[in-house]
Amino acid sequence: METIILLAPLFASVIAGFGWRLIGETAAMWLTTGVLFLICILSWIVFLGHDGTTQHIEIFRWVQSGTLDTSWGIRVDRLTAIMLIVVTTVSALVHLYSIGYMGHDENWSEGESYKARFFAYLSFFTFAMLALVTADNLVQMFFGWEGVGVASYLLIGFYYKKPSANAAAIKAFVVNRVGDFGFALGIFGLFFLVDSIQMDDVFAAAPALAETQLSFLWTEWNAANLLAFLLFVGAMGKSAQLFLHTWLPDAMEGPTPVSALIHAATMVTAGVFLVCRMSPLIEYAPEAKMFIVYIGALTAFFAATVGLVQNDIKRVIAYSTCSQLGYMFVAAGVGVYSVAMFHLFTHAFFKAMLFLGAGSVIHAMHHEQDMRNYGGLRKKIPLTFWAMMIGTLAITGVGIPLTTIGFAGFLSKDAIVESAFAGTDGGFAFWALVIAALFTSFYSWRLMFMTFFGKPRGDKHAHEHAHESPAVMTIPLGVLALGAVFAGMIWYGSFFGKHEQVNAFFGIPAHHAEAADHGEDKAGDHAATDSQAAATTESHAAATDDHGVAATPAADANAMAQDAHAGAAPQGAIFMAPDNHVMDEAHHAPKWVKVSPFVAMLIGFVVAFWFYILDPAMPKRLAESQRPLYQFLLNKWYFDELYDLIFVRSAKAVGRFFWKRGDGTVIDGTINGVAMGAIPYLTRLAGKAQSGYIFTYAFAMVIGIVILVSWMVISGGAH
Amino acid sequence: MIQADLTLILPELVLALFAMAALIFAVYAGKDKLAAPILWLTAGLMAVLAAWIGITGEGSRTAFGGMFIDDGFARFAKITILLSAGAVLVMGQEFMARRDMLRFEYPILVALSAVGMMMMVSAGDLMALYMGLELQSLALYVVAAMRRDSVRSTEAGLKYFVLGALSSGLLLYGASLVYGYAGTTLFTGIIAAAGEGQAPIGLLLGLIFVMSGLAFKVSAVPFHMWTPDVYEGSPTPVTAFFATAPKMAAMGLFARVLHDAFGGVSADWSQVLALLSLLSMFLGAVAAIGQTNIKRLMAYSSIAHMGYALMGLAAGTAFGVQAMLVYMAIYVTMNVGTFGFILTMERDGQPVTDISALNQYATRAPGKALAMLILLFSLAGVPPLVGFFGKLYVLRAAYEAGLAWLAVAGVIASVIGAFYYLRIVYFMYFGEEGEGLDRSRASVPAGFLMASAAVMLFGVVNLFGIEGLAQAAAAALVN
Repeated sequence: METIILLAPLFASVIAGFGWRLIGETAAMWLTTGVLFLICILSWIVFLGHDGTTQHIEIFRWVQSGTLDTSWGIRVDRLTAIMLIVVTTVSALVHLYSIGYMGHDENWSEGESYKARFFAYLSFFTFAMLALVTADNLVQMFFGWEGVGVASYLLIGFYYKKPSANAAAIKAFVVNRVGDFGFALGIFGLFFLVDSIQMDDVFAAAPALAETQLSFLWTEWNAANLLAFLLFVGAMGKSAQLFLHTWLPDAMEGPTPVSALIHAATMVTAGVFLVCRMSPLIEYAPEAKMFIVYIGALTAFFAATVGLVQNDIKRVIAYSTCSQLGYMFVAAGVGVYSVAMFHLFTHAFFKAMLFLGAGSVIHAMHHEQDMRNYGGLRKKIPLTFWAMMIGTLAITGVGIPLTTIGFAGFLSKDAIVESAFAGTDGGFAFWALVIAALFTSFYSWRLMFMTFFGKPRGDKHAHEHAHESPAVMTIPLGVLALGAVFAGMIWYGSFFGKHEQVNAFFGIPAHHAEAADHGEDKAGDHAATDSQAAATTESHAAATDDHGVAATPAADANAMAQDAHAGAAPQGAIFMAPDNHVMDEAHHAPKWVKVSPFVAMLIGFVVAFWFYILDPAMPKRLAESQRPLYQFLLNKWYFDELYDLIFVRSAKAVGRFFWKRGDGTVIDGTINGVAMGAIPYLTRLAGKAQSGYIFTYAFAMVIGIVILVSWMVISGGAH
Repeated sequence: MIQADLTLILPELVLALFAMAALIFAVYAGKDKLAAPILWLTAGLMAVLAAWIGITGEGSRTAFGGMFIDDGFARFAKITILLSAGAVLVMGQEFMARRDMLRFEYPILVALSAVGMMMMVSAGDLMALYMGLELQSLALYVVAAMRRDSVRSTEAGLKYFVLGALSSGLLLYGASLVYGYAGTTLFTGIIAAAGEGQAPIGLLLGLIFVMSGLAFKVSAVPFHMWTPDVYEGSPTPVTAFFATAPKMAAMGLFARVLHDAFGGVSADWSQVLALLSLLSMFLGAVAAIGQTNIKRLMAYSSIAHMGYALMGLAAGTAFGVQAMLVYMAIYVTMNVGTFGFILTMERDGQPVTDISALNQYATRAPGKALAMLILLFSLAGVPPLVGFFGKLYVLRAAYEAGLAWLAVAGVIASVIGAFYYLRIVYFMYFGEEGEGLDRSRASVPAGFLMASAAVMLFGVVNLFGIEGLAQAAAAALVN
């Protein structure tokens, strides 16, 4: 079943991409969509039927060279199962939505075929993403990683007639290259030290890595820290974290369904997935974890501030995505991976819905994206309005404080804020996230108010012709709305509930849970359990080592103990070190901490209401009175300008030097000099020698023989 | 005893007797009217003989007290010689007939020179060597000057004769020195006298002179000066003949002498060959750039190609000989095709040899232009065409024999040489619109052109198994 899930989109993509002339564009569209819905159903079956134990399914042998052995395999554990449903659900809905959204596109003239290509790309992306999340080794993961990069490049540049789309596609690709370089270095490093790129081997070696020193760039590093850092650099690129975030807003050049699928729900969360997947390694890398927390918090804060002043509806949501990804990284960085996955999971629903809703608005407004030209659309497109409303309630985190009743974002975001408080003792990350929550609320409501309330602005004609989208577009909105409302409440316990519940969900052995729950000093406890278990359940332990067997808690405990000492991979989809009690502490965070994001949300809402409903002239006045700040935010903290100055120009200068001086002057100069100067001269000389007179020819022969004889006499035969 | 000897030289005997009989018969029967039938007959006989040699020949045998050697190497060379000579005869028949040049002596002279060539590659004695060489050369001098009413043709014949006489003199002088120091003209005796790695200086000087004479035949620099003039002046079919069979024969003889008679002192002659090879490759490449006449250009092209073949020989190993044989077989095939093309170049019924006449040729005859393009790329040694593998072979041979510098020089020279081949392609496909060529009706040369191009294209699969044959031939020679 997992094999079908992985490979079906690839086949659909190939058939749609190469065979649409045979089967027709419409058939290609429905084929890919149908396949996606099929694997979506299968994925849900896998997810709901998963018992938490890790399964390995080998499909075929791939690269085998020396000790490098990469089989193309599927690793089914809870992380994979979560990602499977996220990817296939959103992808299936986006496929369906695209049938309506891409039906008529003004970027293409009559008779040009683009739909089949679009759907082939979408399906190819889905395949690559599934390859990434199901990977059982790092090379396969890297394959998926690059595959989604390629699909992203193709889809951002889908409107290849637009120079801006091409520039954005290249930018996305190049910025991702920086991250991928780090990721690749991380993989190399792991292979260098562990001599394997199998996940299990790497996880098993993590404790040893923590005690290994690695020399890199003439400096001694702790191996676990360095490798975790390098892997995180890859995650930063893919997930658009601060310093490598510049491509994401520009990626909005792609069609809106693409933004929903790739740049909100799935691909950009691959970085979070990577960090969670590598949790057994990350847990042993405290400095790298700290770095992750800081980058995540900074990103959450930075992106939220920029989102405050953007006017392009898609860019607002793009910065919002960037910001929410920061939240996830904070959760992962403090060691509560389940919560990072929780937010990833809920965010996929409500953010995809916001994007698709925005797409519906754009569709209704004839591809107008500037919110300043919207207004009063509530009546014209009621379904879209309500969908966006649910999305906004979810992202801003509306719910009943101190309970677990609320929209999806309320539960997952609050969980992150609490974890951040617990993980940093109320430090920088916590406050950054709370302030970011305030900003999130403000810009989300600002978007709603500017779009759906007030008086119609901008092109009158567009407003008059605004119309609700067809059913294929509104149905996905409805389905995602269900997720945005209920996903949090249903799975809160599994991701962020009691330890036993979370552990059962992720298949983590019970011993660890007990240890963590008590929050005591583990050393003595550990040893006691060890010896006891080793004595009594040796045979069980042997069985447990080979996965797949639902073992007794005691045997699990034993296996767990062996993990730490004998070097077997820890069981379960995620790993939390025995001394990691952040989740526990988060549950016991003070009340004011638990309420703080809700308060921030309320403040944001009130300010937005004041600015855009009560006193619409206010924002303008504020922008003028705080001009430098406004410009600073509007220009995205001048990151693009800074990068242009530092990297782009210097790279171009270096390139120009090699082009003009190196290639032009030295290489071309030499070649041209030889080819146009020396050789023709010799040619003329040879022509002159060929005089036509027989005595010249005879003379040449005689000279030749004189030289040969002299040479022979001098060198060789003069014995 | 004599009967066994005669059986061994039966192919040569048959061809020689046929040539003489045809001569007498034609003189009395119908002179030039019989030219075409005799030509076809000769070509057919050559093909039959090639097949005969290929099928019946086995092992290594000698005749006439060691003067005549029949081994795998000789057979390989003979088959190549006979097939290419037959092909060139057939190819040029229409061309010569249309221009009233087809004399009955032409096929007979070609047949006689072929006998000489077969003798050369089988020579086991300096006397036999000289006999073969002179028989071949004298026939060639005459065919070069066949157009008696053309100043250029007679000039070509005369120049070739005079310089050829000089080279024969050098060779004879060398032979006499060798005889003086070795006391015998038999190769088996010479190799015993020359010894392993040590040889009297006189013997080596003799070797140098012999090599000079042979270098003249393969037109290696600096004994190449006759080549462009003779190629240009001779009728095109004759030029085609010059560029193919005699080159193979001379190369075969070269290898024969060096390995059979002087195998013990390969270190001495190897460096001489390396020098000749180097000079030939570079002069061929550099001088061809300035040519506007395609026949002259092909002359320099053949000089350069001989440089590469000599590179294989200079390696002084069995693999080097194998590389040389493979290279020569490929070279001959390419040249047959190329000259097939040149034979179709005409305007108002007159042959054209100016390269600029090829402007925009691809629009008029796309098929032939494409075939020519493949051949030119193959001549330049562009992968994946067969010509590339020929070069690869000799470069490998040189490299493995420790002549890396020569291999590098060969690569550089081939880059320079690519220019003039590609220039023809440029004219054919991108040249300016100008007075072009007529549509040629000559189907036979065009057929050879196409066949040769097809070989260059499809031969990449396994080179038609020629490697194995060449390896066996080389093994027979070098032991």
